[in-house]
Amino acid sequence: MSTSTETIEQLANREYKYGFFTDVESETIPKGLTEEVVRLISAKKEEPEWLLEWRLKAFRLWQTMKEPTWHNLRYEPIDYQDIAYYSAPKKKKVLNSLDEVDPEVKATFDKLGIPIEEQKMLSGVAVDAVFDSVSVATTFRERLAGVGIIFCSFSEAVREHPDLVKKYLGSVVPYTDNFFATLNSAVFSDGSFVYIPKGVRCPMELSTYFRINAKDTGQFERTLIIAEESSYVSYLEGCTAPMRDEHQLHAAVVELVALEDATIKYSTIQNWYPGDKNGKGGIYNFVTKRGVCAGNRSKITWTQVETGSAITWKYPSCILQGDHSIGEFYSVATTNNWQQADTGTKMIHMGKHTRSTIVSKGISAGQGQNTYRGLVRIGKNAAHARNYSQCDSMLIGDKCGAHTFPYLEIKNTSARVEHEASTSKIGEDQIFYCRQRGISTEDAVNMIVSGFCKEVFRELPMEFAVEAQKLLSVSLEGSVG
Amino acid sequence: MLQVKNLQAQAEGKEILRGINLEVSAGEVHAIMGPNGSGKSTLARVLAGHPEYEVTGGTVLFEGRDLLEMEPDERAREGVFMAFQYPVEIAGVNNAYFLKAALNAKRKHHGQQELDAVEFMALIRERAKALDIEQGMLNRAVNEGFSGGEKKRNEIFQMALLEPKLAILDETDSGLDIDALKIVSHGVNALRSPDRATIVVTHYQRLLNYIVPDYVHVLSAGRIVKSGGKELALELEQKGYGWIEAA
Repeated sequence: MSTSTETIEQLANREYKYGFFTDVESETIPKGLTEEVVRLISAKKEEPEWLLEWRLKAFRLWQTMKEPTWHNLRYEPIDYQDIAYYSAPKKKKVLNSLDEVDPEVKATFDKLGIPIEEQKMLSGVAVDAVFDSVSVATTFRERLAGVGIIFCSFSEAVREHPDLVKKYLGSVVPYTDNFFATLNSAVFSDGSFVYIPKGVRCPMELSTYFRINAKDTGQFERTLIIAEESSYVSYLEGCTAPMRDEHQLHAAVVELVALEDATIKYSTIQNWYPGDKNGKGGIYNFVTKRGVCAGNRSKITWTQVETGSAITWKYPSCILQGDHSIGEFYSVATTNNWQQADTGTKMIHMGKHTRSTIVSKGISAGQGQNTYRGLVRIGKNAAHARNYSQCDSMLIGDKCGAHTFPYLEIKNTSARVEHEASTSKIGEDQIFYCRQRGISTEDAVNMIVSGFCKEVFRELPMEFAVEAQKLLSVSLEGSVG
Repeated sequence: MLQVKNLQAQAEGKEILRGINLEVSAGEVHAIMGPNGSGKSTLARVLAGHPEYEVTGGTVLFEGRDLLEMEPDERAREGVFMAFQYPVEIAGVNNAYFLKAALNAKRKHHGQQELDAVEFMALIRERAKALDIEQGMLNRAVNEGFSGGEKKRNEIFQMALLEPKLAILDETDSGLDIDALKIVSHGVNALRSPDRATIVVTHYQRLLNYIVPDYVHVLSAGRIVKSGGKELALELEQKGYGWIEAA
């Protein structure tokens, strides 16, 4: 027994290869959160009055709110006055083209494998790169604009497309939603904005890459995607951060609106710094993601591969309003060393014949704790709604934990709801079997884990499925040997 | 090819092998028989390097090299193959993909070029046909949902593909009906060659009607208590193990 358990633990002691820091001259506002800070952020972004008012309403509400405690997570209290709420690389003038991005910042994204020069890009992927609090570059904009697609930073959308932002901002995740979403509404600094016009199938993958760089800074971005009738878009976000001894807060909000017959596929590869093997440092990731299938036959698919962060708290959800609309959630979450994840989804069935699918794969290694929490609610008018949920947990070693909290609320008797759950231990027997065939322990673990996650990986856009698989093997490196 | 001298091993503090001596040359088939708990499966697993067992004494040379010094995966790449008594299921991992990883690990180890997907698929189709393995089995997850017979056939198929120098069959006949037994034996016999040795661990003589051994060894309480030719197996069949244990 001992050999494999020890080696399993060794695999957990990997290096986080995105942990470098870029020395770039930044403009960071002093730590602390007051009404002045909210006004300052809004002023820096030259926002219209209505948006400032919206932020202030959120801020005032937030001051009366308490941090949630219902999750299965343990962490030191967050001191919200010890965080800087805005940091941006200094720039001399307004950027007119990608060539004017600070070379240091550009080099950072290059190093992360996210080239922001179009000629170097993976073909078929457009990228919005967000560095600390601001978007620094968005690629392939002209080509997308040719078919009427808007893909830009959130700040720019506020300036250029205020009517769209005003109409949809907070329409899915209102500023009153929850502690972290309300905080985000008050202080969000940037993010991505996507608008797909009626009948347009987005010709390439859209992607946003988030990088936290500055110290003692929180990242609060907001993403808003609107898919008009009969349109289609596939969107991917990725994220990394330097290694630091202190925890850093990331509290994002993502809102998706899919109108009649529209489809949005939203994929996440989350690789924020997870902290070291003793649990020091790492990102606190408190994120609110929600989409509304507003029209008949609209469809939203969330796919997430969560390998990073010290704490992950997120429940990408679907509100299935339109009849025959579809919500899907595919998730792989790994917790290694001292990482903790409390993640899952909410499927809110309101329309008739709505369908939802939930596939959650939790992998725990080291002392990691992995919780699946999911709600399936079938409203009283949601006749013939169907849900299928599958939650599988895999344990590597014997010091980690897996927990499952499924919630079902069913108010219509014609609903059909299925739930399956399993827990397995990556067995010494499985590893020995592979080794007896000549396969090294590390390859064996990767193979077994990939097999376990297969149903989720196949939902990722092809360009990223390989990356996700690699990331997973890095994140479990050292957990077996 | 294989020299086992005074091999002793224990699991969880319990002594199981108490001094095994065994010599196996290329081209030979040795049958290891014995009652339950005599240590015959342990011998197979110790030779393969199962981590559950601790070797407490003795030596094992494989082609002149110290086998006990090698990691289990290195032993496999060097040509030691064990067909499992209970083949393990690996959900979501395609059988063909698994076999390709295994074969290429071995090829790489021996400085040969790894096979690409096309070459590999051609190879396994050919081997599958020779062993009467359906194509469908190759595309399923490793052993997942396989019947007992299918699992054993899959083991023999892997063996045929990996072409080991030393093949160890750990109670491959257990749980097989007579038809499956014939198919498995046919596979093993097809692989018999002057440069390959086989150790067949079995409780029953039945399997040895199909895989005829050159030598039969009887294990009792962790030692080989009797060795002989294939007629020894028949004698055991008639008299049971009692007369040897009593002796």
